[in-house]
Amino acid sequence: MSVEFTADEMMTVAAARMLANGAVCFVGIGLPSTAANLARLTHAPDAVLVYESGPLGAKPPVLPLSIGDGNLAETADTVVSTPEIFRYWLQGGRIDVGFLGAAQLDRYANINTTVIGPYSTPKVRLPGAGGAPEISSSAREVLIIVKQSKRTFVEKLDFITSVGFLTGGNSREEAGLRGSGPTAVITDLCILRPDAVTRELKVTEIHPGVDRDAIKAASGWQIQFAGDCGQTPAPNPQELTTLRDLKARTAAAHGVQGDAA
Amino acid sequence: MAEWMTLSEAVAAHVHDGDTLAMEGFTHLIPFAAGHEVIRQQRRNLSLVRMTPDLIYDQLIGAGCAAKLTFSWGGNPGVGSLHRFRDAVENGWPAPLEIEERSHSDLANAFVAGAANLPFALFRGYTGSDFSRVNSGIRWVTCPFTGEVLAATPSVRPDVAIIHAQKADAKGNVLIWGILGVQKEAVLSARRAIVTVEERVETLDAPSNACILPHWVVSAVCKVPRGATPSYAHGYYQRDNVFYRSWDAIARDRDCFTGWIERNILGTNDFEEYLALQQDSRVRVVSE
Repeated sequence: MSVEFTADEMMTVAAARMLANGAVCFVGIGLPSTAANLARLTHAPDAVLVYESGPLGAKPPVLPLSIGDGNLAETADTVVSTPEIFRYWLQGGRIDVGFLGAAQLDRYANINTTVIGPYSTPKVRLPGAGGAPEISSSAREVLIIVKQSKRTFVEKLDFITSVGFLTGGNSREEAGLRGSGPTAVITDLCILRPDAVTRELKVTEIHPGVDRDAIKAASGWQIQFAGDCGQTPAPNPQELTTLRDLKARTAAAHGVQGDAA
Repeated sequence: MAEWMTLSEAVAAHVHDGDTLAMEGFTHLIPFAAGHEVIRQQRRNLSLVRMTPDLIYDQLIGAGCAAKLTFSWGGNPGVGSLHRFRDAVENGWPAPLEIEERSHSDLANAFVAGAANLPFALFRGYTGSDFSRVNSGIRWVTCPFTGEVLAATPSVRPDVAIIHAQKADAKGNVLIWGILGVQKEAVLSARRAIVTVEERVETLDAPSNACILPHWVVSAVCKVPRGATPSYAHGYYQRDNVFYRSWDAIARDRDCFTGWIERNILGTNDFEEYLALQQDSRVRVVSE
């Protein structure tokens, strides 16, 4: 049986599958929030979603437009202050998974969300750090969800906002970072994971209907494929229905058509 | 000691040209009415501090009130860019804007340090990033007990903090609930504090662990219903997501933005008039 799905749906479903049931997950807004909530509504009902605005255990019925929407507070187990989120819960070592997006990413999964071009005379001024630098360093592991293109997958970042594996090898551990770093990067074309030794990202699963040339063409460096590179299982009907219902509810709640998140 | 007064009086009395001003509220309870009043009274050379500049500082920056911005995430949540902030940083319009860029964890810790009357914040952060290359305020200290190297950054100590809250009683004790952000810390770290509230009540009737700012840490309390819109006030009104989306087009173009500020803020006497004008234009759009 085949079900039609888009590349974006494949990306969100593949990312959602990475979140284990019961995991405590620090969620970024946008794509990570969509994926984390899809996980909660499918295989991971006991995943604990933490948002930097203060809600612990948020169960939003529709996707929040901002990181501090009222439905996060209303459905949370408790709401703590923003300093407490960062001090006790993130720095305190209570977060299993940090779920992040990125504007630019390099081969060692370092992230830029600060500027395109020189810092003092930027071509594009991006929003900046938010909670990501400390999430990427303190969460036990990090998942990154990003649309793949030559603009996002770059040879060299214009600015390192949040660290992945720095310059590869043991450089992350040597820098004294506590969390173990990114364990997967999920894109609209494939899934990449860090090599055990070099820590360079390698394509480990290719989404259905995508070929290697498309992945190479959407990468700003010579992308590596794992020896046992396989295919991502297509979204199943339950995953797709749940995702589409969530998006439809969200659009209706926010008073707009289309993808609000 | 809190004094009940109008918002116009509070801004006139407590916000001066050149002040360091922190207007806090993390997505929730953003003090938009107060931001408008600062624009209306044409304050200049402000050093603005806020974790998420949001539309409130996009308006202040575009209106020429700011000389400096300290921030940690400068986007329009769920929508995209803050165009006035970007134009100031990328093109120096309407004036060059000095930026001091930090992370959320840093600024949250720096507000706590300010509230605790400490000179700097100490936390685990920034390791391996490029921030310390562009922000000389990010330094490193070695733990005297374990030898661990930790980030140290200057406390936030604003001249004046402004927040919006749900309720205050006759004496000016303030009650806040829902997403609290760094509002308590902003008030306690500042020399002066203005609080706008949805309601004035006789007694707060709050549980003993509720977030209450006692009247003697607040300089001025002002009743401004809907004073946080287009953000939201938990228990009172929802976030105006339509306005957040429409801001993208308003702020994208300099002339369009300037016209909006002239009509809606400089052309109105207070927030009540502003709200009435918004209501009118909504009705007009619907009937067209």
